[in-house]
Amino acid sequence: MFPMKICMRINKLAIGCWVALWLCVPLADAALTIQIVGGGAKQTPIAISTFPGETALQQQITPVVIADLTRTGLFRMVDAGGINPVPTDPSQVQYPVWAARGAEALAIGSVTPLPDGHYNVQFRLLDVLQQGQLAGFQYNIAPSQARLTAHKIADAIYKAITGDVGVFSTRIAYVLRQSGRYELQVADSDGYNPQTVLATRQPIISPAWSPDGTRLAYVSFEKGHAAVYVQSLLTGNRHVVINSKGTTSAPAWAPNGKQLVVAIPQDGGTNLYRVNDDGSGLTQLTHGSSINTEPSFSPDGKSLLFTSDRGGSPQIYEMPANGGEAQRLTFDGSYNVTPDYSPTGKDFAFVQRNNGHLNIAVEDFTSHQAQVLTNGDLDQSPSFAPNGKMILYAAEGGILAAVSSDGRVKQRLRADTGQVSEPAWGPLPKTQ
Amino acid sequence: MKKLTGLCVLLLGLALAGCASHETKPAAVEQAGGAQGQGAQAGNVAGQNLGANDLNNPHSILAKRSVYFDLDSSTVSEEYKPIVQAHARYLSDHPQARVQIQGNCDERGSSEYNLALGQRRADAVKQMMMVLGVPPQQIETISYGKEKPKCTEHDESCWAQNRRDDIVYQHP
Repeated sequence: MFPMKICMRINKLAIGCWVALWLCVPLADAALTIQIVGGGAKQTPIAISTFPGETALQQQITPVVIADLTRTGLFRMVDAGGINPVPTDPSQVQYPVWAARGAEALAIGSVTPLPDGHYNVQFRLLDVLQQGQLAGFQYNIAPSQARLTAHKIADAIYKAITGDVGVFSTRIAYVLRQSGRYELQVADSDGYNPQTVLATRQPIISPAWSPDGTRLAYVSFEKGHAAVYVQSLLTGNRHVVINSKGTTSAPAWAPNGKQLVVAIPQDGGTNLYRVNDDGSGLTQLTHGSSINTEPSFSPDGKSLLFTSDRGGSPQIYEMPANGGEAQRLTFDGSYNVTPDYSPTGKDFAFVQRNNGHLNIAVEDFTSHQAQVLTNGDLDQSPSFAPNGKMILYAAEGGILAAVSSDGRVKQRLRADTGQVSEPAWGPLPKTQ
Repeated sequence: MKKLTGLCVLLLGLALAGCASHETKPAAVEQAGGAQGQGAQAGNVAGQNLGANDLNNPHSILAKRSVYFDLDSSTVSEEYKPIVQAHARYLSDHPQARVQIQGNCDERGSSEYNLALGQRRADAVKQMMMVLGVPPQQIETISYGKEKPKCTEHDESCWAQNRRDDIVYQHP
């Protein structure tokens, strides 16, 4: 795989720069079908006009943009049909027509074939009421990059309208179990382009993205016991982090991308250790015979959330990343596990057991108020989107689901075949 | 007198084991648990030697290789102590024998917490065997967490079967 070169500029006046995208993204069918439940408090009415010329691409751009934005529950699609000619430049836009349809924003664009087999994709987001440009860029892309480009356009629209970073061009990792096999897969955030990273007949759990999105740490039982591996998504090379006969599990990457915190059983309990990703520098962080597991770093790398039963029942604690005194953070109920520190640093997601049901909850670091977001029987493995707005999780029946961090919007992602579990939402792609 | 009680427990165990294989469901063991449990109070490693043949004898208590746990618990309950005691006695009598204690959990709960809980369940049986005089090098522990359920239905009877240690002989 070639390094990705993307230049994206969101600019009110100038169109962005011309850069070719070099990325091997094979076209594939979706592994997951997404169903949306609920909607946001405010839905922005937006029209996405078709991009003339996009039918030349096997994967058209605008249907993907529409699907991305609709999935958030924050947009209402306004009919963009019946306009002739279809505008490709702001000078061609009759703003009163769009205003009369109720659109507050309008996306226009075009796709033009280039002599070398690439395509020039232009996109602008226009403010219908102010009659000005909110965002715009153009890419030269290979045909195989149409879907990624559409996600970039959806990201730009989402950012311009909500003010938050879009996560449509991010990826997710999860474990697919089918026909007695376990597959660690990586897919686009909408479930397309699934790639199998590892396939084995032994269980795989706890995938964790390196902060730069180039590597996955995970736990595989292929040697008979649980062991933490690190695998490059670029080369496929992988290694076991701590080469011992004993169990290692629950990997969490430090934000520097060079160290991991893992859980190792010891004396009837389980303790957390920091270790370099090559297995050197093993340092014990927690002590004693209680269970200490499921570490999750704060975005600044200074503290760790983890699950411990040191108080008699499993609860969430926070301690300095180098170890030290831990503070208990959860008090409601007898079973609070699997903390995931929000990328915003303001709250954390976790799993709470209520009357035998497991549900996803969030707790604010300031108020220490916990809010239960889901109402399934068996909701587990919460993982924040890198903008902190959505939480991906595994629900009963081997499906993935996502809930907005305010609980208003819910999505269900059903695999075509097999059972999906252990989701982990990847970081924002690095732009250069 | 103590020795005699131990023998009684053993005979009772043999009689009960006769009606069930080591795939015994927890409910079936619970029925027998009362009588076994009483004896277990006085039981210890002492007693009649268990030979290699007993390990392969489906009517021996050694044919029972599973210990079941309550929800969230890693405490070996009274009803399963005789099974652990019998295997501890066998291991003491056969220094070359090696076992792996495999801890398991039900599906409700996080993969990682269950992995740690399964380890603690395995360690609980190992600890009990060590107290009964088995050298630690004869016992290896491993946790499968909730990843290798014996029963895959989503109900309590199934979950109860999955909250379990298996005693697996690596070498008789």
